[in-house]
Amino acid sequence: MAETHSLQDMRQQATISAKVFIQRDYTNGTVCQFQTKFPSELENRIDKQQFEETVRTLNNLYAEAEKLGGSSYLEGCLACLTAYTIFLCMETHYEKVLKKIAKFIQEQNDKIYAPRGLLLTDPIERGLRVVEITIFEDRSLSR
Amino acid sequence: MHLGLTEPVRECQYNQICTRNSSPMENVGHTKKRSPQRKWQIFPGRNRFYCNGRLMMARQTGVFYLTLVLIIVTSGLFFTFDCPFLASNLTPAIPVVGGMLLIFVLGMLFRAGFTDPGVLPRATPDEAAFLERQMDATNGSSGPGYRPPPRIKEVVINGQTVKLKYCFTCKIFRPPRTSHCSLCDNCVERFDHHCPWVGNCVGKRNYRFFYLFILSLSFLTVFIFAFVITHVILRSNRTGFLSALKDSPARYPFTKGNCQMLSHITPRSQAGSKHSEVPISVDACVCALVSVWFVAMRACGFYRRWSAFLDGVGLTVLEVVVCFFSVWSIVGLSGFHTYLISSNQTTNEDIKGSWSTKRAKDNYNPYSHGNVLTNCCAALCGPLPPSLIDRRGLIQPDTPQPAPLSNGSSGYTTQLHTHMCDQEQCIQSTKFVLQAATTPLLHSGPVVIGRGGPPLSGKSSLGVTCSSLAPNQPSLPSSMPGLSCAGDMLALRDPETHCHHHHFVSPEETPSPPGPMPLTLPCTAHAGHLNPAQLYDPASQDSLHEDSVRGLVKLSSV
Repeated sequence: MAETHSLQDMRQQATISAKVFIQRDYTNGTVCQFQTKFPSELENRIDKQQFEETVRTLNNLYAEAEKLGGSSYLEGCLACLTAYTIFLCMETHYEKVLKKIAKFIQEQNDKIYAPRGLLLTDPIERGLRVVEITIFEDRSLSR
Repeated sequence: MHLGLTEPVRECQYNQICTRNSSPMENVGHTKKRSPQRKWQIFPGRNRFYCNGRLMMARQTGVFYLTLVLIIVTSGLFFTFDCPFLASNLTPAIPVVGGMLLIFVLGMLFRAGFTDPGVLPRATPDEAAFLERQMDATNGSSGPGYRPPPRIKEVVINGQTVKLKYCFTCKIFRPPRTSHCSLCDNCVERFDHHCPWVGNCVGKRNYRFFYLFILSLSFLTVFIFAFVITHVILRSNRTGFLSALKDSPARYPFTKGNCQMLSHITPRSQAGSKHSEVPISVDACVCALVSVWFVAMRACGFYRRWSAFLDGVGLTVLEVVVCFFSVWSIVGLSGFHTYLISSNQTTNEDIKGSWSTKRAKDNYNPYSHGNVLTNCCAALCGPLPPSLIDRRGLIQPDTPQPAPLSNGSSGYTTQLHTHMCDQEQCIQSTKFVLQAATTPLLHSGPVVIGRGGPPLSGKSSLGVTCSSLAPNQPSLPSSMPGLSCAGDMLALRDPETHCHHHHFVSPEETPSPPGPMPLTLPCTAHAGHLNPAQLYDPASQDSLHEDSVRGLVKLSSV
């Protein structure tokens, strides 16, 4: 693991070289989608395909969270009938998907991004506005 | 033990926080103050938080209490004075249904009033800097003295061109349908309007509660109105109209005194009289609504004669009047919002005529799902998005916090200050006071804390700054608004202190000092001298002054 970094190592020791922010894509309306355009700052760090794959999966997950369908209507009606007290006991569909997204991001960070000195921040921590990618200094060069 | 004194300062530098308390000396007598802070306590918008961040309202809540009082008092009168009669003479289902309606109304009111309407958190400094750089790249820098035009991004949504405006307070490009509420000082998603009656903005997350509140309130007022009239009619059928009003239990406190007076001045309307003896028939009254009759009575000059009596009629009439006006205004509002839901528009959009065909021939609403049913279902039964502002989250030491610009709840922000590293706090506070005092006088742009230009390694930056301030600045990149506390290095270094910086952030559209120079606190006083060429407009001066005053007030409470 001399050339790669573990997530913990990075967070504690590495200095931040730059941050890239992937903005929202509003062409389909107000649904939460992120732009899949590959930022130039990541060119020598990660494969374009890999990056686009990550963003596309994220987009699909958010679309699933906001999907209008039978199950979401049912949940909405049930909640209304119980005067929304049902959400004290169970969590909403959206929250369940957000947990899935958090796990996905953690996984992506561990497997793909951290070894390359990058760190994805969960968009929910930035108000679903941006996907923040922190680029760490490449210590393998300096050491 | 010596280490205990110096350690807190060192801790602040390397660990980027001041709240971490490892020194035993500081532990003594300060344990209570070291409890972890929650994010709502440093929330930059003008909101009030209750129950440790669980409930969130706007700043002015007076009208909300009025709403509550009106609903509870009217319903209370109904249940106390009319329901016993109705339950015994008609059906006991009436108070039961009324009770259920009332509980639903109050539930929806609290839900609408206390829920986060969909507030967008403000941009972190890094984010703001990134956007700045992107905008500079696209717009190019303008000459000195040129005030930047408001930034707009155009997006095509489902075939319609929509303009996204840049919010200078929140430092983000507002998503579509998002608007900045000036009362709450927040950008709210799918902003409908700010409703003083529920004491909150109405936006994406609480629109359905608001709608259900006004809908159920319409039902409740019609219900109460109808049954009060039924009560009066039933009584009048037995005892005569005026006697019915006179004998109505709602008048009980006034009955005795008034009865004697009444029997003196109105020999005709004695108790026991079976017929209505007023000029207007009972049927006409019922049809024309009771309140209209009372207005007519007064207009006809009967007032002086009947005033004592009318005053004595009291509470039944009060219920009726409140209900009458409520019915028309609330039913009207419900109808309006039903229309908005079915066409998937917000009040904001409807008022501005954003999607009206009067603006452009091929104008249409790009957010509409096509048919009324889908629009309604989406608005009322769709998935409920979670709150984006994480009110109850604990403040992490390494999380960059966005600008806590404004007031917040007055009581809460002071606690935050006491939790900070005291020495560091003292230094920062003094500098801010100086900054605040000099800023309005110098008419200058405020501190620029880095521009996210060439990235500097975190800890050595302080030394770099003062020497790098050159008095002869290149042309102002005047497309930069206000402060961007955007330096990467500052974000790394000291998130707590750059939060303080933002108390003095200039508001929107003040051209800021130029240059990719990271400035830090020791150099703030210099900043004033560097900007001779800046335009200064009264509006931003006022708000700058306001910010300074706010900051001073905040500091004085430390």
